[in-house]
Amino acid sequence: MLVIRRDVCGYCGCCVSVCPVGALELIDAYLSVEGDCTRCGVCARACPLGALEVADEA
Amino acid sequence: MKPEYDLLVVGGGPGGALAARTAAEKGLRVGLVEKRSAIGVPVRCAEGVGRDLIEEFMEPDPAWISAEIDRAVLVAPDGYRMTLEPSMAGSEVGYVLDRKRFDRDLVLQAADAGADVQVRARAVAPIMENGAVAGARIEANGAVEEVRARVTVAADGVESKFARWCGIETAVPLAEIETCVQYLMTGIEIDPAATVFYLGNEVAPEGYVWVFPKGERTANVGVGISGKKCRDGSRPLDYLNRFVKEHFPDGRVLEWVIGGVPVCRPLERTVADGLVIIGDAARVADPITGGGIYNAMFTGRLAGQTAADAIAHGDVSANALMAYDRGWRTSKLGKSLERNYKIKEYFITLSDEKLNRLVHSISRMDLSKFSVLGIVTELVKHDPSLLLELRALRNIL
Ligand SMILES: Cc1cc2nc3c(=O)[nH]c(=O)nc-3n(C[C@H](O)[C@H](O)[C@H](O)COP(=O)(O)OP(=O)(O)OC[C@H]3O[C@@H](n4cnc5c(N)ncnc54)[C@H](O)[C@@H]3O)c2cc1C
Ligand code: SF4
Ligand code: SF4
Repeated sequence: MLVIRRDVCGYCGCCVSVCPVGALELIDAYLSVEGDCTRCGVCARACPLGALEVADEA
Repeated sequence: MKPEYDLLVVGGGPGGALAARTAAEKGLRVGLVEKRSAIGVPVRCAEGVGRDLIEEFMEPDPAWISAEIDRAVLVAPDGYRMTLEPSMAGSEVGYVLDRKRFDRDLVLQAADAGADVQVRARAVAPIMENGAVAGARIEANGAVEEVRARVTVAADGVESKFARWCGIETAVPLAEIETCVQYLMTGIEIDPAATVFYLGNEVAPEGYVWVFPKGERTANVGVGISGKKCRDGSRPLDYLNRFVKEHFPDGRVLEWVIGGVPVCRPLERTVADGLVIIGDAARVADPITGGGIYNAMFTGRLAGQTAADAIAHGDVSANALMAYDRGWRTSKLGKSLERNYKIKEYFITLSDEKLNRLVHSISRMDLSKFSVLGIVTELVKHDPSLLLELRALRNIL
């Protein structure tokens, strides 16, 4: 799953723009990830602050 | 929002505001929704803009001008500084804005012209009818309502989800997002009338560091790098902290500004049946500088005009709205986007050594006008050894 570190995220929308499947959505200061995330990790690469991480499925 | 408009604008940035203002001035019934709680905040911008570019739209107002800029300084990777003075600075001479005030003022102008404006109202899906966009479902305060419109304008900025929901691919390739962090710093030694750009793979790979004055001892200090260079330990925040430690160790940080700028080519098609896409959502920011305020306003105004014409003729099909797509592509803006994209593709291949040579060469040239095109043209003319390097660019100049 995609882990969003909310204490780090600056809700800028950069990750939203690069997600190939449009799985991210930003509402004010709250970033959410939807079911169709493929865990490709592109968003985690683009984040200016390093707030995203693709974690192994538990 | 009312249940129906002629024009519905999704997004209250500079692009959306100009689309709404232009259409309302032409007598259209206009609604604008902005999902954030306030227009213009949080800021996602370094706030630099050319003076003549803003004057194309309105009188400059001291209320939203933080600083007036007379010159630009380029700093090569080896530390060599070259100043582009007023006589040669041309269109780059400009303002550093206060975008909190600026964006709000633009939306106010749209409202004064007659547009309905609602904040904390988010488009969550288009209304599709026979394959055409016919408005949007708007969520506000926990309820979703349908707002129908003859033409809908996607002005939703870098995220650009609305066009995606309409079936148009807008995802930015990782290599073509400039990922950025900026501090608003105070208590620092700066030239309050100069914008400064630091180049080099050490300071900002495939990007640059900027220092844009906001007052005597206050400035936007930021860095943008390519998404493909961004990894743990070398993110924009890491580069910025290193830069600040070296250059402004005693400065204080009043604000963080975070964001992404698309530096890819514009969308292949910026219209569909009942839909027009503008500004960052259409990927029309400048691929070299990342500047997109003017580009958003320009495409926004054109979208408002085209929508008004299309509605007057009773035809809002993609075919009729193509006048907008053709309009910006053949404009000066469209041409410079295409050219600057190619120049960017060349610049990002340069080693620091070559960047040094470039900046040193520029400083020996007699530039009548400071523009990317002017610099590159002069380089080709003046430095025979660089000619070889730059031959990739010759056919596009
Ligand atoms: C760090 C940084 C520095 C920059 N520096 C400069 C600079 O110095 N000069 C320059 O010219 N440009 C600069 N830019 C680029 C500039 O900020 C943008 O190009 C410009 O803001 C684009 O305007 P816009 O109207 O297209 O989009 P935006 O200003 O991004 O506005 C889009 C709006 O749409 C809203 N929205 C999104 N989705 C929805 C939805 N579903 N429903 C309702 N509302 C929605 C958003 O909340 C936002 O308010 C910079 C960008 C960044 C990130
Ligand atoms: S790019 Fe990073 S900081 Fe920006 S919204 Fe996404 S997770 Fe948050
Ligand atoms: S991991 Fe990939 S698919 Fe999932 S949200 Fe991030 S970019 Fe989108």
